[in-house]
Amino acid sequence: MSAATVPGTAPGSFQFTPENMELAQRIIAKYPPGRQQSAVMPLLDLAQRQNDNWLPEAAINYVADLLEMPRIRAKEVATFYTMYNLKPVGKHFVQVCTTTPCWLRGSDDVLHACEKKLGIKPGETTADGQFTVIEVECLGACVNAPMMQVNDDFYEDLTAETTEAILDKLARGEKPVPGPQSGRKGSYPIGGPTTLVEQAIRAGVKPAGQK
Amino acid sequence: MLRDEDRIFTNLYGFEPFGLESARQRGDWDGTKEILDLGRDKIIELVKESGLRGRGGAGFSTGMKWSFMPKKTDGGPVYLVINADEGEPGTCKDREIMRHDPHKLLEGCLIAGFAIGATACYIYIRGEFYDEGSHVQQAIDEAYAAGLLGKNACGSGYDYDIYLHRGAGAYICGEETALIESLEGKKGQPRNKPPFPAMAGLYSRPTTVNNVESIAVVPTILRRGPSWFANLGRPKNSGTKLFNISGHVNQPCTVEEEMGIPLKELIEKHAGGVRGGWDNLLAIIPGGSSVPMLPKDICDTVLMDFDSLREVKSGLGTAAVIVMDKSTDVVKAIARLAKFYMHESCGQCTPCREGTGWMWRVMERMVKGQARVEEIDMLLDVTKEIEGHTICALGDAAAWPIQGLIRHFRPEMERRILAYRSSAERGAARMAAE
Repeated sequence: MSAATVPGTAPGSFQFTPENMELAQRIIAKYPPGRQQSAVMPLLDLAQRQNDNWLPEAAINYVADLLEMPRIRAKEVATFYTMYNLKPVGKHFVQVCTTTPCWLRGSDDVLHACEKKLGIKPGETTADGQFTVIEVECLGACVNAPMMQVNDDFYEDLTAETTEAILDKLARGEKPVPGPQSGRKGSYPIGGPTTLVEQAIRAGVKPAGQK
Repeated sequence: MLRDEDRIFTNLYGFEPFGLESARQRGDWDGTKEILDLGRDKIIELVKESGLRGRGGAGFSTGMKWSFMPKKTDGGPVYLVINADEGEPGTCKDREIMRHDPHKLLEGCLIAGFAIGATACYIYIRGEFYDEGSHVQQAIDEAYAAGLLGKNACGSGYDYDIYLHRGAGAYICGEETALIESLEGKKGQPRNKPPFPAMAGLYSRPTTVNNVESIAVVPTILRRGPSWFANLGRPKNSGTKLFNISGHVNQPCTVEEEMGIPLKELIEKHAGGVRGGWDNLLAIIPGGSSVPMLPKDICDTVLMDFDSLREVKSGLGTAAVIVMDKSTDVVKAIARLAKFYMHESCGQCTPCREGTGWMWRVMERMVKGQARVEEIDMLLDVTKEIEGHTICALGDAAAWPIQGLIRHFRPEMERRILAYRSSAERGAARMAAE
């Protein structure tokens, strides 16, 4: 068992830092008076960000109390949505998309590269608490498949090699450049855009068929 | 092929900055006040005339949807909610709009909100789209600072607020009533209809929910005139459309094209063709994972629009084209989608909650051929028991890919079953002989 998942590490209490409390108040103000429950999702997200990317029960209860909603309702939300981590995760939270469009483009290779490099299976955390790898459903970058998300960043157009290179950089404490790892930016065809030709030329990108 | 001057999303690939100054140079926020001065009824009429059909999947007339909103209210809040919870496998078009052209969306939100009499707008974006959400928020902040939103938006005398709301990972929240529940701070479980959101939506107030692309095209339609949009594409399937081409093509991409473009032309012109050539094509899912797949012979000639695809028992859906060449294990491709729907079922309705898991388990056996031939019909029966028997369309969406597989690839499924059986029999015979 990895150090990060030892029971008993869950804090017994939680509260927002002053900065996050101010942010929380700004989020609550987006919704009409009396409808502050609408802020539960962004506030749980904020709490998770404050707490090393996972949500202990104390944080869920704290958010519920802050919004004057029943704690069970907040817990329902925290358990319904996949982005809330209910147990500790690694510093680098690696989510590999394996839904059909990514699978067709080789997401198995990406997942195997993660397993090989980190020596863990999906759902596990490395012993040093640096990496957690999970399989996820479609992340909505299908024309840049296969892809994975590490914390907030998308890494796209992956191969086994580029996947390993990204994990290496993260392990060294560097930040790999997010986005497609294939040389293109965005979602135009890799041989060059077939449309928006003038815009491409102005941006210094060679349109398709031009040498 | 659509001419570059007829494209709406001129910053689709992010060749230019997404901010207000660049957006204005691209023609956004130009004469917005004059558009609002046309009045609610006129705007709705023009959008109806353009023939714009919702770009989120269902293809319902956008102008018609707006006209369902009450003309007179008690003076309380009325909402426009933008469905930016893009999560249909294969689909990544709204992502491009939000990260590269967010001002098109915001201007559309103002015009649409005005047309339906909204007092505020919430943009519900999937939580995983962190950068995209940040771009939209920066664009909102810029628009407020420039007086385009907020009190007296664009000098029109109309007060209008837009708020960004981030989701937290749930495909089901792309269903409009689940999205509303989620926005109210609850589990995203769809509501029974009626009442429809136009009567009782967000906080039980009149609400219209529109897809990002549907709203982002509205300002350009109104500036260039509804007949410009209506003359693109085919009758009742008008305009331009963002297509996502993924899977086994040489150059996967997102591209804006004319509605009704032949599927083959779309792939060959923009995506570099099918890997190994067109004759290496096995099947295509033409509109996101929920629509039934099409075998090559239909793909040879089918046009990419709502009605053409419906005629071949599939659908345009989100126009996310998932291409599979002959190397594809087509049963496994659909089994993986079955797993997706099992994972994403909200658990509210029994046929979907139990059925999606049952279908996935049977599909996993079908991948190996570890089944009886009669079970193919049993599986088909179960899809029919789920389809139409749930509160929302997720049950249908889970059923259709399997129905498409059985419709077009039954011989392949039978072949696997017979191959598995004969190898099992050979194994048994060998054991008996030893």
